[in-house]
Amino acid sequence: MTALLVTLRKDFLLQWRGRAQVVAIFAFGASALLLFSFAIGPDSLALQQHAAGFLWLGLLLASTLSLAESFECEMEEQALEGLLLLPASARALYYGKAIANWAQLALLGCALVPIMVVLYDAGTLRLLALFGVIVLGTAGLSAPGTLYAAMTSQIRGRQTLLPLLLFPLVVPVLLAAVKATSLLILGDPMGQVRPWATLLAAFAVIHWALGGLLFDRVVED
Amino acid sequence: MIAVAAAGVSRRYGRRWALSGVGFEVPAGALVMVTGRNGSGKTTLLRVLATALRPDLGSVSIHGHDVSREREQARRLTALLGHRTHLYEPLTALENMAVAARFLGTDASRPVLLERLDEVGLGDRADDLVQTFSAGMRQRLSLARALQQDARVLLLDEPYGHLDPPGFSMVDGLLQRLRRNGATVLMATHLVARGRGLCDRALVLDAGHLIYAGPVSGMPASQSDEAGLAEGS
Repeated sequence: MTALLVTLRKDFLLQWRGRAQVVAIFAFGASALLLFSFAIGPDSLALQQHAAGFLWLGLLLASTLSLAESFECEMEEQALEGLLLLPASARALYYGKAIANWAQLALLGCALVPIMVVLYDAGTLRLLALFGVIVLGTAGLSAPGTLYAAMTSQIRGRQTLLPLLLFPLVVPVLLAAVKATSLLILGDPMGQVRPWATLLAAFAVIHWALGGLLFDRVVED
Repeated sequence: MIAVAAAGVSRRYGRRWALSGVGFEVPAGALVMVTGRNGSGKTTLLRVLATALRPDLGSVSIHGHDVSREREQARRLTALLGHRTHLYEPLTALENMAVAARFLGTDASRPVLLERLDEVGLGDRADDLVQTFSAGMRQRLSLARALQQDARVLLLDEPYGHLDPPGFSMVDGLLQRLRRNGATVLMATHLVARGRGLCDRALVLDAGHLIYAGPVSGMPASQSDEAGLAEGS
């Protein structure tokens, strides 16, 4: 537990030092939402119907930048290896990094909501539920994303490889998150948000458990 | 007592064997120079001993702990100063030291860490970001971080690299202190003349093969000259 807290402290400090990059990633996500809205055109009904999908696509695209960036300073001077040799627990290092990435992605998702509301005229009064879906969905992205970002961080062409590996794996998360968000925006007369949110939670639990088990195989020689 | 024992250690990168059947023993408290031409396997050997790399063949033990089967115990006994500094560039010198101290469970208070940084001449740059440091300053900080582990076996890969003449003296002083404290040190270096003056034993590698292991006094001078290892060559 102490190792996890130490890792978290280190990762949040690194994120704070790299906050300019976080702003750039937010700008990237917002630009993606803007461009998607151009693709739909001025049809307000169509914009509303596609808002949830585009929010999650924007978040997914931005997440690949954010996840890859989180391992840049770990690999630059082999700082991660330095911690493993201390020895620090690989599992604690994984969960610390994954929680920090989760927090960053969840904040990014919440920050993109007002952009979505303005561009797609797609608001909801169930804000808490919407943020809950974002928290669950980003948990499902950050756990496998952190694992794959570690796996590809030392490979040439990692910017291409990370999405190639990550996107197929998170399709179920994306589908459930889009469906739950869409129901919150367009109305949920049948009360279907809860089952989709449960599905998101189930995916997150599986990915977080697998990530913790596999991380040391990824980072150790 | 044997601090480091290697038997038939081989390691390859792709199809090229970087180490081939390397075997030796180092008694506790010894100061060992590891030398050889560029690409002879010095760095690979130290990384295998530090458990950063697994040997493809053979075995290594650190104070009786097998590095493959008892990796964590072996890691607690070793510290590696490598070619890469193991530092976080966006953090300050002090923050880097504090991160390592917290993982080690040692005192991470500012005065203690400042004292450690003073040892390597970085006390006045404690709050500067590592990304603003020169290569020599990074080397000093990396050395301070390695020493922070108070390990029984220190693996120093080119500890004089990037350092200025006062830095050379600082490393010499630290090595003498480590010897007095009973630590075992394996130091990869091309500075053979300096190593001869400081070390008790030598390991000479050539193309991944160990071609000499023994007292530094018995190390054939012609061998080092032939290998192009003499200082300044």
